[in-house]
Amino acid sequence: MSSTDSRGLVLDEKLLFELTDPGRVGYSLPAPDVPQTVPRSELLRAEIADFPELSEVDVVRHYTRLSTWNYGVDSGFYPLGSCTMKYNPKVNEQAARLPGFAELHPHTPDHLSQGALQLMYELQQDLAEISGFPAITLQPAAGAQGEFAGMLMIRAWHEAKGQKRHKVMIPDTAHGTNPASASLCGYDVVPVASDGVLSKAAVAAVMDDDVAALMVTNPNTLGLFESDIREICELVHAKGGLVYCDGANLNALMGISRPGDIGIDVMHFNLHKTFSTPHGGGGPGSGPVGVVEKLQPFMPVPVVVKTGELFRLDYALPQSVGRVKGFAGHFSILVRAYAYILAMGGEGLKRATELAVLNANYVRARLEGTYDLPYKQRSLHEVVFSETALANDCHTLDVAKRLIDYGYHPPTIYFPLVVKGALMIEPTETESKQTLDEFCDALLAIAEEAKTDPDLLKQAPVRARVKRLDEATAARKPKLRWTKD
Amino acid sequence: MDFPDELKYTEEHEWILIEEDVVTIGITDFAQDQLGDVVFVELPEVGDRLETGKTLGVVESVKAVSDVYAPLSGEVVEINEALPDEPELLNTSAYEDGWMLKLKLSSPKELDSLLDAAEYQKFIAQD
Amino acid sequence: MRYLPHTDVDVQQMLETIGVEKLDELFSGIPESCRLQAPLNLPAAKSESEMMALLGVLAAQNAKVSEWDSFLGGGAYNHFIPAVVDHLVSRSEFYTAYTPYQPEISQGTLQAVFEFQTMICQLTGMDVANASMYDGASACAEAVLLALRTGRKRSRVLLSQALHPQYRETVATYCRYLDVELEEIPAVESGLTDQKQLAQLLDERVAAVVVGYPNYFGQVEDLAAFAETTHAAGARLIAAVTEPLSLALFKSPGELGADVVVGEGQSFGIPLSYGGPGIGFFAVKQKDMRALPGRLVGETIDQDGKRGFVLTLATREQHIRREKATSNICSNQGMCTLMVAIYLALHGKQGLRKLAELNYAKAAYAKQQIALLDGFELVFGGEHFNEFVIRCSEPVAGLLQRMEQQGILSGIALAQDYPKLKNCLLLCVTEQNSREQIDRLVTALAGGEL
Repeated sequence: MSSTDSRGLVLDEKLLFELTDPGRVGYSLPAPDVPQTVPRSELLRAEIADFPELSEVDVVRHYTRLSTWNYGVDSGFYPLGSCTMKYNPKVNEQAARLPGFAELHPHTPDHLSQGALQLMYELQQDLAEISGFPAITLQPAAGAQGEFAGMLMIRAWHEAKGQKRHKVMIPDTAHGTNPASASLCGYDVVPVASDGVLSKAAVAAVMDDDVAALMVTNPNTLGLFESDIREICELVHAKGGLVYCDGANLNALMGISRPGDIGIDVMHFNLHKTFSTPHGGGGPGSGPVGVVEKLQPFMPVPVVVKTGELFRLDYALPQSVGRVKGFAGHFSILVRAYAYILAMGGEGLKRATELAVLNANYVRARLEGTYDLPYKQRSLHEVVFSETALANDCHTLDVAKRLIDYGYHPPTIYFPLVVKGALMIEPTETESKQTLDEFCDALLAIAEEAKTDPDLLKQAPVRARVKRLDEATAARKPKLRWTKD
Repeated sequence: MDFPDELKYTEEHEWILIEEDVVTIGITDFAQDQLGDVVFVELPEVGDRLETGKTLGVVESVKAVSDVYAPLSGEVVEINEALPDEPELLNTSAYEDGWMLKLKLSSPKELDSLLDAAEYQKFIAQD
Repeated sequence: MRYLPHTDVDVQQMLETIGVEKLDELFSGIPESCRLQAPLNLPAAKSESEMMALLGVLAAQNAKVSEWDSFLGGGAYNHFIPAVVDHLVSRSEFYTAYTPYQPEISQGTLQAVFEFQTMICQLTGMDVANASMYDGASACAEAVLLALRTGRKRSRVLLSQALHPQYRETVATYCRYLDVELEEIPAVESGLTDQKQLAQLLDERVAAVVVGYPNYFGQVEDLAAFAETTHAAGARLIAAVTEPLSLALFKSPGELGADVVVGEGQSFGIPLSYGGPGIGFFAVKQKDMRALPGRLVGETIDQDGKRGFVLTLATREQHIRREKATSNICSNQGMCTLMVAIYLALHGKQGLRKLAELNYAKAAYAKQQIALLDGFELVFGGEHFNEFVIRCSEPVAGLLQRMEQQGILSGIALAQDYPKLKNCLLLCVTEQNSREQIDRLVTALAGGEL
């Protein structure tokens, strides 16, 4: 075991392939109990060159060491705006691993999967109640796939009415997935300018009978509720269009406002944001989609339905846009979200929203004045500062990296693009006042350091596993895999 | 920032060196500075016909991507073969080693619409 | 509420700092006309013990593979998962982190993904692999999109009829509004994709040919021959792998000439979980590196020259290129990437091969025993991996029911997806099926009691 480069307990660790010792094994297999047969030799491959050869201990230590170089919600405060990094309840992990769920094969007949189907059916109903949409599909694998499924339904609805529309309006504050998802459905993207919130006039200027839909995020990426949303929806509907809502920020609305009640036609949920399922180092997410009644016939198949006392997967939707992935959805993520809703109850979900908004406004109140706040309207679950008040040519990136030295995960930076050097902070409801105070103190101290000793920011981080990494070289001469050389 | 007087410029931040009916095209010092470290350049092929205003290639930095638009119409007669391997030439030598391509003009009249160095500097000062 | 840390005093102090009196004032940006007037109609909060009891009741109603004799495959496979996998992925530094946007504090995830990319390349015989896709079916659809993007102006795509039906359906969904002609290459006669028909279908408008390897019937296709004819027409060959354990035994698609290899990685350490989440993998040759969808991790150095890893070539992605991105994919299967990587590292070069051989031999044994029975026949003659198709002389619905009564999930009826394969069953045998189980299956099929 080589730990020669380790500094204290920041342990060094080689790659699996560098640790490999030919002949070492980490597996155990049952003894063969059937005659040994092999395929025709011309079909067989040679051994997998340079594949790992390690003992169980090697593997355990390898990943344990790697884990210590990571920062998660369980390590500390993770105010990554737009990502809703709330606490992931441990019991949900246990729930997802119940053998009756984890060991259930997706081809098991419906009558032998009743518990799983009931859970999915009830989750559909819960999400319908929370969002105000009568119909929910649980199939999409993540938010972006939910957007895609939603936009497919919008297009299918238009086509069923014999309408060929070519454009989708998207405000400049939207997540990049919105234009990419619209484009995947064959739509041209028309940007709509917004000044913090979207105005009726801006939408009216673009809306015509070639526009299939408006895609909005509500509350938007500045944390602001689209206050004209009802009128905007009416305007779009009057010209034959539909309104899609990116539900990434639903954590600001539970029990307060239901997108399905205010004119939105389609919305996706991010279960890994609002409903506490783990972000997993980049997933798996889950992106159910809620739709109004007229879009229900176009939902992806299968959907979970109840006939009498029996739950079943229904494939008989003749106008369905088809399936967007294999099987019925990210079931084990659905289990976690369902468990979260059970644990919170209706009142608890509303309380979560209230405290998420309280936390964001508290951070805003403590930092406003020191950091520049470009949009001053009443914000909800997140707050976006700009870099313009920073001294000595310090930038948002420097603040972010310096926060690492203070022991925090940085907020989302440089998004949304309408804010110069955006610093987008979403604390979520699971953080205490104490944590927020310490975090705000750190950000205030960093703003002071920018004045007195800007190098502390520009050289940061110095307390992480590595210093700033050379991303330009990584992109110019991409090295995307290990090779023996 | 440097803007040589012998070159012409466009509002899309390209420079043009005119030598009879063949012109050399690259991106300006201002453009490379805005983009930051350039990591990838996509160029057309020799023989491609370009039309004014249409995309001729792409320049990428670590976190931004920018289309490059043809400032003039014509046929591509040569491309800078060094750029795919050394895209950083756009940063280190925007007007010399970082040239992108040579174009044989199809309508030399279009040259009249280009900016000179002073006009271009005025343009970026306003922008 | 146990997940919410605020005391009443905290709330009061925070409201004072903000300068409002009541929580409700914080929502003043939401017009009254948009406010929900009634409380959410959801059950009251449950304690942890109540909740687990309730979930336990639901879980108990499902036929889990550890209690049943399961011969189900068809894109999801019952393989043993060593305890190490779950223990390590349960380290919450991994699973409570998000996408590694801040590389200095995400080196654990980044190095693990870099190693994952490497192992996928080694298994598939390809040059570059991305950090993951949602699942095999959507990865297959994205592979078709890649071929359409890179195959200038080509708009036909040929899908083998023996490609997993859900993969074909997902490809169709992704291509629904993109002016693409999808056509099927027949395969149902021999259980192998028809080479002659492929040759006839190919022309200069075909962007891609997609073949399962092994295919949905469990058969091992002659990829090298497909590569030759496909390349001659200037199209890309996409190999879609639903059971990646087969790659430890059979020649890799890369070696046989595939241009894109996609597939489902669930076999490698991911629980069945009623079909999700699994993980899609996606590998290409060097020439298509910049056309890849999804995230990529690359090696670099930090300011001190120390090795580190970063997300790279991000300009392909939606957050930068927006509507011109190679894909709309954002969050996908991070945690599953880790499960697969740990599983592969643990099994290693030897273990994976031995496990693949064991699967092959068990399936061969079952196949041979069933072939001896009256009233059953093997439908196809090609080489298999761990799945095969049988035809029953009795109606399959009744047979499945009869088998269930004996605690056996005896396979997937194929007639719904392949009307010509009436009364045919797709069976899967893995290392989880003991010889005893296989013998019980054979006895039960023959009409015997257990």
